[in-house]
Amino acid sequence: MNYTVYYIVHLLTMFSIYAILGVSLNLVVGYTGLVSVTQAAFYGIGAYATALIAKTAGFGFFSSMLIGAIVAGLIGLLIGLVLSKFRDDYYVIVTVGFNIIAYGIFMNWHSLTRGPLGIVAVPRPKIDLFGLHLDFNNNLLFLALVLVFLALIYFLARFIAKSSFGRVLKAIREDEKAIQVFGYNAFYFKLAIFVISAGMAAVAGSFFASYLRFTSPNTFVLMESILILSMIILGGLANLKGSLLGAFILVLLPELMRFVGFPNEIAAEMRQIVYGVILVLLMIFRPSGIMGEYKL
Amino acid sequence: MNIIEVKNLVKNFGGVYAVNDLSLKIPRGKVVGIIGPNGSGKSTFVNLLSGMVEINSGMVIFDDAEKLKKIKPYEIQDLSITRTFQEVRLFEQMTVIDNLLVVLTSRSVFGSFFEVHKKYHLEEAEKMLQRVGLEAKKNQLAKNLSYGQRKLLEIARALLMKTEIYLFDEPFAGLFYAMIKTVSGIIKDLRKEGKTVILIEHNMDLIRELSDYVFVMDEGSLLAEGEPNSVLKKKSVIEAYLGK
Repeated sequence: MNYTVYYIVHLLTMFSIYAILGVSLNLVVGYTGLVSVTQAAFYGIGAYATALIAKTAGFGFFSSMLIGAIVAGLIGLLIGLVLSKFRDDYYVIVTVGFNIIAYGIFMNWHSLTRGPLGIVAVPRPKIDLFGLHLDFNNNLLFLALVLVFLALIYFLARFIAKSSFGRVLKAIREDEKAIQVFGYNAFYFKLAIFVISAGMAAVAGSFFASYLRFTSPNTFVLMESILILSMIILGGLANLKGSLLGAFILVLLPELMRFVGFPNEIAAEMRQIVYGVILVLLMIFRPSGIMGEYKL
Repeated sequence: MNIIEVKNLVKNFGGVYAVNDLSLKIPRGKVVGIIGPNGSGKSTFVNLLSGMVEINSGMVIFDDAEKLKKIKPYEIQDLSITRTFQEVRLFEQMTVIDNLLVVLTSRSVFGSFFEVHKKYHLEEAEKMLQRVGLEAKKNQLAKNLSYGQRKLLEIARALLMKTEIYLFDEPFAGLFYAMIKTVSGIIKDLRKEGKTVILIEHNMDLIRELSDYVFVMDEGSLLAEGEPNSVLKKKSVIEAYLGK
């Protein structure tokens, strides 16, 4: 594989991973109106769970990923129970707190996570089924696999959005108190979508750890949650295609800056400034994002 | 037979008693008007009945049987109660048809997850939109409706609940003549169907026209009750509205 193809495959893989994160977060923020800034924590839980289970218990990638999604879902359930006591600004602040706690655990639980050293040699997926042998050490094949999972998660999210459940989520977003007088206990609906979203984000984490064959706490900082939130606000809240668009733009943007003459180290730093500027401009001129159907 | 009996109901916000030791009986199948000056506790009373605010003390008895000291908003459907709000509360960034479909589909997390609204849900919602004259607006966002249309949509949403008790909090406020006719027609139809309507209203002509019985509230307590024509002539009621 020559450098150009390798580079494009890398960008598309990162886009696919962020698109999964965007779609998962849009279910909570765009459809349910719960501004969560803790998606990087579930992303990290998925990455660590996959890395640890695959390396220490010798499980295959897919089983590790499944266990990671379940673990993230269960932690999401516990966090969701706490979050149910909060609304609006307080909700946001508490989710920020959870991301900081998760980062603190990744960084400081040395015996489990190896702290800042991270976990190396995370295996890539392999499929050995009915004579079919696929080794995803090849980056192109790995990209194909991530795209398959992106498609699965996208269609699951679309199914949710178009179901009666999805309509109730939107009603909760619009007026939680009002929807309750029509017989809906909003608490269970909010909890369910938070758990589903956490599980989806963990899938993205599994792919990330396996793709880089490495995971460390620095990826799962609060800034990463803000980046994922920026993607869905830019692309459009309550619009799943918008999540893809937002991920595409914000994954490619720093790369474009390299090509317009910024040195690599400055381009990386500029990225955050550009994210900030985009968010400010969007809030002023187009609060529902490029394709959004909902305004915060 | 009373469909609702309220005993010594109290609700205070800090030092202010919005409802203060209120006791009354609401007969089944009647249109019951609740009147009183602004701040007399009418809306708080309806909010207490629908679980929108917590009861401090006292109780509500439904159907002479179920005694409740706590009412949760998502449980009022089981008590066969629905309501509209003084300040219209629609699901603003949803379409008009979705505002109705949402009250027709499954209430459970699991049930709704695997359900897409059925054809008969859609037909029922469309029929209701025709009844209130909003069929042409069905794909518009609720936030883009005029004030009167918003009131009508809220009433349509309540009607689709098909409950025994309807709490209408100032449904005529801000409506022009044709819409008033539509809403008063709906209330008369509900009475014909044997439903109970609790109607908060400031327009005394409408109270006379629609109510079978009237409660007058002042400062959170019951000031008077009886047939509309006799109650509205009482000196204490006139003074509460106009001052001494």
